[in-house]
Amino acid sequence: MYNINQVNNPHHDDKLIEACSLFGMMDTTGRRFSGRDIVRAIANMHVRGNGLGGGFAVYGLYPEYDDAYAFHVMYLSQEGRVNTEAFLKQKFYLLHAEDVPTQPIPAIVNPPSVWRYFLEADSQKCDGQSPDDYVVDRVMEINASIKDAFVFSSGKNMAVFKGVGYPEDIASYFCLTQYEGYLWVAHGRFPTNTPGWWGGAHPFNILDWTVVHNGEISSYGINQRRLEEFGYPCTMHTDTEVIAYAVDLLMRKHHLPVEIMAKVLAPPFWSNIERRPPDEQNLLRTLRQVYGSLMLNGPFTTVIAHHGEMIGFTDRIRLRPLTVGVKGSMLYLSSEEAAIRLICPDLDRAWIPMGGEPIVGRLGRSNIQC
Amino acid sequence: MVDRDPERCIECQVCVNQCSFDVHYYDAEDDEVRSHEENCVGCHRCAVFCPTQALTIRRNPLDYRENYNWRPEAIEDVIKQAETGGVLLTGMGNDKGYRIYWDHLVLNASQVTNPSIDPLREPMELTTWLGRKPDRVELAPDSIDLKTELSPQVKLEIPVMFSAMSYGAVSLNVHESLARAATEAGTLWNTGEGGLHPRLYQYGANTIVQVASGRFGVHPEYLNIARAVEIKIGQGAKPGIGGHLPGEKVSREVSLTRMIPQGTDALSPAPHHDIYSIEDLAQLIYALKEATNYQKPILVKIAAVHNSAAIASGMVRAGADIIVLDGLRGSTGAAPKIIRDNVGIPIELALASVDSRLRQEGIRNQASVVIAGGIRTSGDVTKAIALGADAVYIATSALIALGCHVCQQCHTGKCAWGICTTDPALTKRVNPEIGARRLTNLLHSWSLEIKDMLGGMGINAVESLRGNRLHLRAVGLTDTELEILGVKMAGS
Repeated sequence: MYNINQVNNPHHDDKLIEACSLFGMMDTTGRRFSGRDIVRAIANMHVRGNGLGGGFAVYGLYPEYDDAYAFHVMYLSQEGRVNTEAFLKQKFYLLHAEDVPTQPIPAIVNPPSVWRYFLEADSQKCDGQSPDDYVVDRVMEINASIKDAFVFSSGKNMAVFKGVGYPEDIASYFCLTQYEGYLWVAHGRFPTNTPGWWGGAHPFNILDWTVVHNGEISSYGINQRRLEEFGYPCTMHTDTEVIAYAVDLLMRKHHLPVEIMAKVLAPPFWSNIERRPPDEQNLLRTLRQVYGSLMLNGPFTTVIAHHGEMIGFTDRIRLRPLTVGVKGSMLYLSSEEAAIRLICPDLDRAWIPMGGEPIVGRLGRSNIQC
Repeated sequence: MVDRDPERCIECQVCVNQCSFDVHYYDAEDDEVRSHEENCVGCHRCAVFCPTQALTIRRNPLDYRENYNWRPEAIEDVIKQAETGGVLLTGMGNDKGYRIYWDHLVLNASQVTNPSIDPLREPMELTTWLGRKPDRVELAPDSIDLKTELSPQVKLEIPVMFSAMSYGAVSLNVHESLARAATEAGTLWNTGEGGLHPRLYQYGANTIVQVASGRFGVHPEYLNIARAVEIKIGQGAKPGIGGHLPGEKVSREVSLTRMIPQGTDALSPAPHHDIYSIEDLAQLIYALKEATNYQKPILVKIAAVHNSAAIASGMVRAGADIIVLDGLRGSTGAAPKIIRDNVGIPIELALASVDSRLRQEGIRNQASVVIAGGIRTSGDVTKAIALGADAVYIATSALIALGCHVCQQCHTGKCAWGICTTDPALTKRVNPEIGARRLTNLLHSWSLEIKDMLGGMGINAVESLRGNRLHLRAVGLTDTELEILGVKMAGS
């Protein structure tokens, strides 16, 4: 008999169903700021979650190790840690390892231990693969084959902190107000089942890509099958996993720019495509023809981030909320406008983007693209 | 059995004139209409046309002694063969009780956690593009200029096309009805293997022309006028054998279109005599692509048989842009009964295994998959798409829209509804104007229904359902069937 709290998808559902709050904020000048504001903002949307998952992603977090892969790994047993550390030492050059500091609080029950490692991989270790591909494969290997271990995040100069609890409790537990980054993403989760496995909380991460997501993707079955054709086994049964892999495929492997990636995941209607100028029409039509199986259908809002870039968009008919706020060089993306106003009452602009319309914040570009 | 209510019968003789099987006759001496009931095929033409509703057609209760093994059909077939010494012919599709998997599959709908989408209030897209697609789109470096150029794609407004029915098997009026309806509904119809009458060239943009083993009516203009070209390897109703159009049906017009002498039997060989292997298929595919200047997608149609998955994979690798699977219940104008009733596999299983295999091999995007054979409703269409089909072909449903009552007498050439015949007295019973309207209506109803089902699942574009088997659940199937279909049991 397994412990229902220690496995993902204990009931073998097609996929895990959940809803949530999400919040992203970024200083496009690259200035680093603490987690104080984002914790207040996500806590303001407390009722959008049910205490079964909260998490944060922080970019620009470890400038002292900015060229090392920062692995945050969760352990359910001592054995898991011993095996994982042996694996990491064998596959990488280990620069530094430490227990992630935590502050026990009553709301967080039975936490797993979380460790962080700063790792390097050179061409000798990677054996012909690019370092990024090598890291992806090793992360998959740990998650799939080392018992009681799960990699929260594996990017450079960034990390994910997440667990079972309300996001503000997770923030207190991991002492997030003590960290600084130029881009923060937060998530509060409302799963309909799974009492809560820490690995199942958002953000979902691979390399420096993180995804948070609110919604239920009705196209999940075909998205998953299509991604499996490209060598992404979807083992976690979450929509978020599918989004993360699709983004990785389209941007990292197929080299599509972020705006084009958004047009694949939330494409315009055929009737809209037909109204565009011929070149654009041809591009949009070809994207839908080739990537039709990757279209995300059903209600969702997602915020996707990697170094230097944060993008938010909803499904094609905006069945889940997204509000954008801009103040100077700050870009805010939120499920609710109130959460933005709480931490930045005097916004320059606030608006609700059209369904499928990507909002992109990019480092070094002061005007927010939309 | 024909019941004629003498109270109602006014001896108008409509039934006598309408029946092409010589059931009704007028006895002038008695001033009474009577029946040769043994000739009745149950096509209902008389009952539908009787102005006073005096006719009721019923199953003849005269039965053999009950025997589960020796049922009437088996007994009668033996008697017929003892009399004739020949192969028994039949029409339509397999009418035996093989499991119909569509009836064991149910669809999903959204409740609470995601909203269903109302097609009356929100856009709902059925647009489908058939043709070979690459795995990725390439842009010119640091720009959004498209570098990828797709091979020819065919746009369908609804993922339902009219399946191959040849001119000669069916009448020109049927062809014209199909061609006009396809044009109006934004889909395609298929000429079948008997060529295309010049009067219908105007509908070329919505026409799939077929190249079968007999090569009837194939010439450069025929190929180039079409939207797509289909190589017919096999047919679900008669896997492994060719076609036979009896000389009586080869009228002057049919002979011109087929390019064979009038009154001669049109025999298409069982195999293509230039395709004895998969590399030969590749040669024919590329010969047709050359002949059409790479402007038309090439479909390759096979009957669903045991090794369909491996064969389909070979077809994709041989260059087919669209593969067509025609299942056990696929229909025919004429086929040996023994073949129709015993050869081939159900389309649902063939579709599931082909779609899965192409995905395992990472080549599913390289070809579209179209299925045919026994699609009755928009529910079947929707389930087929969820199992992995890009589109479906319908033929029997289309003929029913034109009047067919599925009496299975297609092979006799005496179709009382004027569909599967070339007898001018009968073919005029189908009016292409009305026929096209009825077919368009059918497609329109199905598209409304498919949109309702899609919206219910929380999906607003058909490509998000294609191959999305999580929206299917099975009722009453074995573990092996579930595994092949890639579908979970309802409740799990």
